[in-house]
Amino acid sequence: MGFTLSNQQQLLSKIATGTGHGENTPYFDGWKAFDSDPYHPTTNPQGVIQMGLAENQLSFDLIQEWVLKNPEASICTAQGAKEFKDIAIFQDYHGLPEFRKAVANFMGKVRGNRVTFNPDRIVMSGGATGAHEMVAFCLADPGEAFLVPVPYYPGFDRDLRWRTGVQLLPVACESSNNFKITRAALEDAYEKAQKANIRVKGLLITNPSNPLGTILDRETLKSLVTFINEKNIHLVCDEIYAATVFTQPRFISIAEILEEEDVVCNRDLVHIVYSLSKDMGFPGFRVGIVYSYNDAVVNCARKMSSFGLVSTQTQRLIASMLSDNEFVDRFIVESAKRLEERHTKFTEGLEEQGTTCLKSNGGLFVWMDLHKHLKEQTFEAEMALWRTIINEVKLNVSPGVSFHCPQPGWFRVCFVNMDDQTMEVALERIRHFVLQDKEAAVVAMKKKKNCWQSKKLSLSFNHRRFDEVNMSPHSPIPQSPLVRAT
Amino acid sequence: MCMLSTKATCNSHGQDSSYFLGWQEYEKNPFHEVSNTNGIIQMGLAENQLCFDILKSWLAKNPDAAGFQRNGESIFGELALFQDYHGIPEFKKALAEFMSEIRGNKVSFDPTHLVLTAGATSANETLMFCLAEPGEAFLLPTPYYPGFDRDLKWRTGVEIVPIHCTSSNGFQVTETALTEAYQEAQKRNLRVKGVLVTNPSNPLGTTMTRNELNMLVNFVEDKGIHLVSDEIYSGTAFSTPSFVSVMEILKERKCVDDNGCSELWNRIHVVYSLSKDLGLPGFRVGAIYSNDDRVVSAATKMSSFGLISSQTQYLLAAMLSDKKLTKNYISENHKRLRQRQKKLVSGLQKAGISCLKGNAGLFCWVDMRHLLRSNTFEAEMELWKKIVYEVRLNISPGSSCHCTEPGWFRVCFANMSEDTLDLALQRLKAFVTEYYNIPEVNGHHQTIRLNHSRRRSLTKWVFRLSFDDRSPIPGR
Repeated sequence: MGFTLSNQQQLLSKIATGTGHGENTPYFDGWKAFDSDPYHPTTNPQGVIQMGLAENQLSFDLIQEWVLKNPEASICTAQGAKEFKDIAIFQDYHGLPEFRKAVANFMGKVRGNRVTFNPDRIVMSGGATGAHEMVAFCLADPGEAFLVPVPYYPGFDRDLRWRTGVQLLPVACESSNNFKITRAALEDAYEKAQKANIRVKGLLITNPSNPLGTILDRETLKSLVTFINEKNIHLVCDEIYAATVFTQPRFISIAEILEEEDVVCNRDLVHIVYSLSKDMGFPGFRVGIVYSYNDAVVNCARKMSSFGLVSTQTQRLIASMLSDNEFVDRFIVESAKRLEERHTKFTEGLEEQGTTCLKSNGGLFVWMDLHKHLKEQTFEAEMALWRTIINEVKLNVSPGVSFHCPQPGWFRVCFVNMDDQTMEVALERIRHFVLQDKEAAVVAMKKKKNCWQSKKLSLSFNHRRFDEVNMSPHSPIPQSPLVRAT
Repeated sequence: MCMLSTKATCNSHGQDSSYFLGWQEYEKNPFHEVSNTNGIIQMGLAENQLCFDILKSWLAKNPDAAGFQRNGESIFGELALFQDYHGIPEFKKALAEFMSEIRGNKVSFDPTHLVLTAGATSANETLMFCLAEPGEAFLLPTPYYPGFDRDLKWRTGVEIVPIHCTSSNGFQVTETALTEAYQEAQKRNLRVKGVLVTNPSNPLGTTMTRNELNMLVNFVEDKGIHLVSDEIYSGTAFSTPSFVSVMEILKERKCVDDNGCSELWNRIHVVYSLSKDLGLPGFRVGAIYSNDDRVVSAATKMSSFGLISSQTQYLLAAMLSDKKLTKNYISENHKRLRQRQKKLVSGLQKAGISCLKGNAGLFCWVDMRHLLRSNTFEAEMELWKKIVYEVRLNISPGSSCHCTEPGWFRVCFANMSEDTLDLALQRLKAFVTEYYNIPEVNGHHQTIRLNHSRRRSLTKWVFRLSFDDRSPIPGR
């Protein structure tokens, strides 16, 4: 029986054949470049250094040491094997009670024990990736929307939208005020949705922020709570970078805001997404958590967690590890200390070259401002610069456009997923590029002056380029249609 | 309560069905060999607890896999960071080879066509997301695993249209039933995207015949639709007739090369898991095998929502790469399952209860039609409640599996010790004796009213079966 191409296409779902997986974006292109030519200090010193992966590799020695000292935490060792069978057959989607208790304990400690978490509200998921999709399935129907402040983690486009049919609508945040989330921007985004007949079901924030590496202050958090209560929409707080905040101002969790006396909030609207992928550096173990203050959501999410439960082998290990209070307390402090050291080294190294980043105190990356190096203040120029950085400077960094950043020139640069030496090599490469680019800019300026005087090129074109080169770093960008987030 | 999604507030998660209610009762009063000997014995959970000793002895001899080490060196960091959705290559290779070994190496599986998922639960849902739009349908033979109502339909919006199978031919799928199901779907304006079968079958405990498989393949070829074969019980086929995978059927049709049936080749997909064959449901190890590159590609991306823990992948890669272990395990598993099933069947016989003749799975499909007050599902529920609350056995009523005939129950035998199984059988026998063998009904044991003639023939029949070593009602 013969089939036309369109028949063949229809045999698979639109979800399967479309591009909703989001993997055709530049965020992932850089990874492909890295995969084909990965840096290695001895075997491939000219390779691409991976700076597009927000991994925390600084504190494995502490964990390794703990694992060696605690063989009973593994069900496969002589000491732990007596539990092998019970663990292997346990498939209750409530999860091992000791796992939930240990995670609740850890979450509390990461927040300085200023709040406590109820283990019965802890629901497992397949990493934070699975958690976000699950929350979207619980809170919204296809066609409904979540508001998300820009710039935001590119994976949200897939996690919240792909299979759920939910929409993401940006809340405009500008570099001119360090991407603060303002009440005006929230109202604006909400109104736009109303006008377009799109029902807004919630607001999604990431705090600490990916890609900014900054935390939300108390005032902003309270204003978000006021906003969602007024509109009767949900607030989903992705707090997966909570323990990566290494210096003042300290991290404030939404859980703390809810306990404040002057805060009025319908708790049924508040949900936290958590994970051990960033704070502990365990992305491979797929430990995602949904913590909801809404009983119906806990109930529904728990049933949905069947699609992405945490392996009980891993639950057992984590339960053991995170119940060891002495270890946890030591780990949290030491991890933050190492993050601070690394952050300082990296940002100081950058400043020496005149490269600036958004001032940050958390995350596993910096939000680097390279707009001075753009040929023009457009996203095409950003893409061109990015290709240069990957192919010539040999660093995989993530361009701001993939984070829906409203202004071109920003790049997220990860620096915690490598050792000290590799970081030095990366800094050196950036230094070299910045120098070269400065020299090239000077040469270009000289050339332009000559062209300007020769009158051979169209005046208007040259005029604009001249202006842009002389613009101060923080003045508003000329209004190209690409600047506005859609 | 504020607004949640329709999915959150409806009940197509299927958890209100009796299948799950029985579990809840069990949770309230679970049997324990020492501390709660009067509790409810769990016979509704298809777990394989018979071969843990083999796995534990392997672990004792292989400390590397246990301790996050490779050749004595720690690889903890490497594992903890590994989140590539393509999976650990050694694991996929070992899993593909294991799948092949279970099929007597009659077919081979290409690891690059394997997609790892968090259990078969996730695999089945993911396949639906890839193969069908909301509102489209898959045909499933009844009776089927109750979890499918959640896994295939809940978040995907896909519909299930049943292919009605009956005891008249041992619940085999017939061409008539297939065609009727297809027409029923069309009547309901549902576009059929495929057929999903479980082979070996849950809850029947039987393998599909070559005839059935060929008929199914012909059907999907003719209609131009998909065939999903859930083969998670393939390693539990413990006696003849031997298990035949749909991949074997395809191979026999020489669909490997581009000679006209390669399109068909692309529409056949297999789901696998280690939850039943290896008894490791807690580890969440599932897989999709598809010959269609686009399905593999889409499903791989979707697996991001439910990857297998790298810690678990690493352990199982080591385990499944040990061919001595896998060979020994597969044969020992068959042997123990066979023995255990025999025990259950003969124990049931002594209670005057017969089963569908089974050769696979972790359960029997038990015929209690003769114990029903009437040939209705209400009567089935009544009987089931009695068995749960009074006999204190949690078994699964056929209605929860969408069986069209009342009176069938799925009874698991591999999730308990032999002693517990003995006790369960004793309780069942006592129950049947008490309620059905007493000739005079004078008000004492009056929960079931049978009409006079039926009761007499029932009593005769029950007595006969108790004293005869007659084999169960032939099904296959």
